[in-house]
Amino acid sequence: MSDKYETHEYDVVVIGAGGAGLRAAVEASALGVKTALICKSLLGKAHTVMAEGGIAAALGNVYPEDNWKVHFRDTMRGGKMLNNWRMAQLHAQEAPERVLELEEWGALFDRTQDGRILQRDFGGHRYARLAHVGDRTGLEMIRTLQQHAVHKGIDVYMECNIQRLLTDGGRMAGAFGYWRESGKFVLFKTKAVILGTGGIGKAWKFTSNSWEYTGDGVTLATDVGADLIDMEMIQFHPTGMVWPPSVRGILVTEGVRGDGGTLKNSTGKRFMFDYITDYFRAETADSEKEADAWYEDKKNNRRTPDLLPRDEVARAINAEVKAGRGSPHGGVLLDIASRRSADYIKKRLPSMYHQFKELADVDITKEPMEVGPTCHYVMGGVRVNADTTASTVPGLFAAGEVAAGLHGANRLGGNSLSDLLVFGRRAGLYAAEYAKAHTGAITVDMGQVEDIANTLLAPFNGNGGENPYSIHADLQNCMQNLVGIIRTENELRQALKEIAVLKERLKKVSVEGHRQYNPGWHLALDLHSLLSVAEAATLGAIERKESRGGHTREDYPEADPQFGKVNIVIRKKNGEWTLTREPLPEMPDELKALFEEKK
Amino acid sequence: MADTEVTMRVWRGDASGGEFKEYRVPAQEGMVVLDVVHTIQATQAPDLAVRWNCKAGKCGSCSAEVNGKPRLMCMTRMNTFVPGETITLAPVKTFPLIRDLVTDVSFNYEKAKTIPPLKLKAKEADGTRRMFQEDVDRVQEFHKCIECFLCQNVCHVIRDHEENKEWFAGPRLFVRLASLEMHPLDANDRKEVIKEQTGLGFCNITKCCTEVCPENIHITDNAIIPLKERVVDEYYDPVLWLLRKLRGEQ
Repeated sequence: MSDKYETHEYDVVVIGAGGAGLRAAVEASALGVKTALICKSLLGKAHTVMAEGGIAAALGNVYPEDNWKVHFRDTMRGGKMLNNWRMAQLHAQEAPERVLELEEWGALFDRTQDGRILQRDFGGHRYARLAHVGDRTGLEMIRTLQQHAVHKGIDVYMECNIQRLLTDGGRMAGAFGYWRESGKFVLFKTKAVILGTGGIGKAWKFTSNSWEYTGDGVTLATDVGADLIDMEMIQFHPTGMVWPPSVRGILVTEGVRGDGGTLKNSTGKRFMFDYITDYFRAETADSEKEADAWYEDKKNNRRTPDLLPRDEVARAINAEVKAGRGSPHGGVLLDIASRRSADYIKKRLPSMYHQFKELADVDITKEPMEVGPTCHYVMGGVRVNADTTASTVPGLFAAGEVAAGLHGANRLGGNSLSDLLVFGRRAGLYAAEYAKAHTGAITVDMGQVEDIANTLLAPFNGNGGENPYSIHADLQNCMQNLVGIIRTENELRQALKEIAVLKERLKKVSVEGHRQYNPGWHLALDLHSLLSVAEAATLGAIERKESRGGHTREDYPEADPQFGKVNIVIRKKNGEWTLTREPLPEMPDELKALFEEKK
Repeated sequence: MADTEVTMRVWRGDASGGEFKEYRVPAQEGMVVLDVVHTIQATQAPDLAVRWNCKAGKCGSCSAEVNGKPRLMCMTRMNTFVPGETITLAPVKTFPLIRDLVTDVSFNYEKAKTIPPLKLKAKEADGTRRMFQEDVDRVQEFHKCIECFLCQNVCHVIRDHEENKEWFAGPRLFVRLASLEMHPLDANDRKEVIKEQTGLGFCNITKCCTEVCPENIHITDNAIIPLKERVVDEYYDPVLWLLRKLRGEQ
């Protein structure tokens, strides 16, 4: 064994320390396997920290009528039935337990009058269901998990960026990456790897995602031959900030609408009433009076169309702006100022108040906000076993945004934080079981490691003169303009051509300076995964010739029942992508019945 | 803004030394300091080291000293400066420099490991854990902390005294201790740890930490002073002291 590189040996290595990674590490470690948690930022800074509105869980604290079956049904319908039914079932069943467990680890959610966890309304959820802390629920969740993990003594490797996974005879054997601080390489030998690396939003120009969302986990999995599904399913959150330019894309929580805010166009009209599709007509209010009454009385009124699922609202805003009824800076208006008291707004939405005041000089208790769609989430990702989170590569597991299936064609707000907890725990559990079952030495091919090291250092030797920041900016423009909310075949094919050019340019990338904390070098390496996920998303979008959820085709504007029965599966063999359409798992009859009762 | 350009002096260097370098970039409406840094990276200094994540004031990664004032770069608008003024951007001072604007903040993570964790009280008779909003309000204030460590950076006990770090936890950890001590479900006793191992007594409540907190947590009034009172009540109450003497206790 070469000692050229710093080397560590573990049973389970968790990559990513957001909600899913932390929860997975806590579980694996508790089961007695040697566990490492690796994150590319400092601990506690992962994207989970930015989640605002809440955690969806059918606790039934506010509406006793709520239960897992209602949550399951909402999740499936919100996902336009493209979801993996078993994941949606497990998620709805286990979310309440996971939330209560978080409370036992110290989380302090907002309370009901009788001292239980308060729940808030959100898009697509039949009842007030989101456990929350004002509009900073993600912070509460990540800090609670972080402190729990620290007190359990889990080994944490901060600012350590994993670049490639290593296999031995098709099985997981290791992970190789670099320390950001020193630029030195580090090798982890391990029986199992859990990906909790999040999403891919940094491939788009206007995004709510942080710098970390470069598709690392999806690409780590792709590069060792794992299957991906649903990569065409990208969620554009309807409400991102649009002004000033420097903050464009920053998230404005759905909680604004959950707490009474409403969308208006430049004429002052509450336009969402014009965008109620047949699919949701029966359960959506058709008058302002009913919509407003729904906040107080959910039994006798139907839900406001302001809280239709995100795909519906994002398309509606897009259409209003295109029709010339947008706000001054190309969004629409989100008004809570005229509908709720200043005290209520500051109590319920303190971060939003602060964010608009500081960054846009807007007082949301007095004026409407300008908002528009922003790239927020990828429903697609690594194909996993619904129960175990195992990918198609033995020893490789995935949970959270990097995994696919739970959310189908569109994710409901609040279902992400619960996803992280439910499937993070399951990933930790089954990865630990896998590691325990595989005794014996782990073999890593050092020749392979050497090749990877040379590839990662290539940008320092390159004299092609390509700037990584320019390649990234061009990719973001390409995806924004050609693989956005509304897509057509011509534009998607144009995007493929542009991505091909960017891949050639990446071969000529050169970086300045040395290896110590060098962001230019880091970005040059991230571009490998950014370009890979961009290409996968575009290929999936060409293949799915219909409109469904987060994928809208101008040239195929209707949902096609045949496409509703299949996932687009995409995988890489010898450097070439292959795509297949594979049938969704069949839902058992007793669950199907849940959809027939309420038509 | 009449000026179409902003000028920024940015610290470039590592533990062995360095200097301020001046950069000029085009101004854009609504720009924050972090936008200027990103523009410099993209066009002039691709290896300029900076730590950032959310760019929305939620993660606490991009702490720096802007014109000598500890701030989050992502929440500092350029229009808060005099137009044409040269802005000076330096790394936070209290932590060892790694490179450019990035410092080694591991001190905070090491201290966090030493805090005695939550120890749960028994459940209610009905198997639930009831807490009322008025009981959690004051702890929720502490939970707003985004761990930007600006409070640690300005604390004079450690800012100019590296040697004090060994036995002083700092305001961030005092907030953490207060959040546990006041947690409605907690049954742990940390008073001895607070008195003997965190250096709380060396805080002379100058409120520098409170002033720089981007989350407006009342660190001194709501966390540090109540902790000091708990320690005083436990160890320095003259009545209790006399009672203990009479009973022959320590």
